[in-house]
Amino acid sequence: MKDIHRPAILESLEDLMTFVAECAEARGFRPKRIQEIQLATEEALVNIFNYAYPENRDGEVRIECTPGEENHLVIEFRDKGIPYRFKDLGKPDVSAPMAEREIGGLGIFLIRKMVDNVQFRREDDENILTFILQPRDQEDDAEPQQPG
Amino acid sequence: MEMTNRKEGEALVMSVKGRMDAVTAPEFEKAVQGLMGEGEISFVIDLADLDYISSAGLRSILALAKKLKTADGSLRLAALQDTVKEVFDISGFSSIIPISDSVEAACSS
Repeated sequence: MKDIHRPAILESLEDLMTFVAECAEARGFRPKRIQEIQLATEEALVNIFNYAYPENRDGEVRIECTPGEENHLVIEFRDKGIPYRFKDLGKPDVSAPMAEREIGGLGIFLIRKMVDNVQFRREDDENILTFILQPRDQEDDAEPQQPG
Repeated sequence: MEMTNRKEGEALVMSVKGRMDAVTAPEFEKAVQGLMGEGEISFVIDLADLDYISSAGLRSILALAKKLKTADGSLRLAALQDTVKEVFDISGFSSIIPISDSVEAACSS
């Protein structure tokens, strides 16, 4: 298990995203999949910054990466902010015309698209968001190799 | 993220390089709004060198597209990389923001 903890503020985003990319790379995930995982990670972190710690900059977020079953990667996001209800967030109408689109609300939708299994639980004073990720190699293999 | 601008006829072509995330998207939004303040209303955003976009980037683009529409202007995107295009497709943004294969095509449409 590898882990990192940083203040739950936007300035930490780069460090945390780099950490997750390194975990996925070490697990043998391909670049395209790593980018999808980075996207889901950013969306999860921004939600934690906004909803778990809406008004203070003293909060902390911790990420743990663990090898899962088969070739899966498990990423856990832990914070001690206020409880947020992951399942209630983000069900945008992606077919709505521009005038009817709400600005934002897409983060959790993107997480669900990019992550094979998302779980959320409140344990003692912690919010724990878990991503279980498959390599999804088949989609990458279909891409032609760039010459030279 | 780096931004460079040039004029192509009536259109202001802005090339965006790097990553458009929760940290950098507000910089992009501010830059376009600054140009709008100088009277530009027809924008082509060249994304050939954009490697990554998150919902924060989508949010900025949608907000600008709405503002420009209100001002009788336009915002077109050009030359999206596959991974960035995928995010636009999944989120349904491909059907609400005009996307062209090249800057030339975006400028002439």
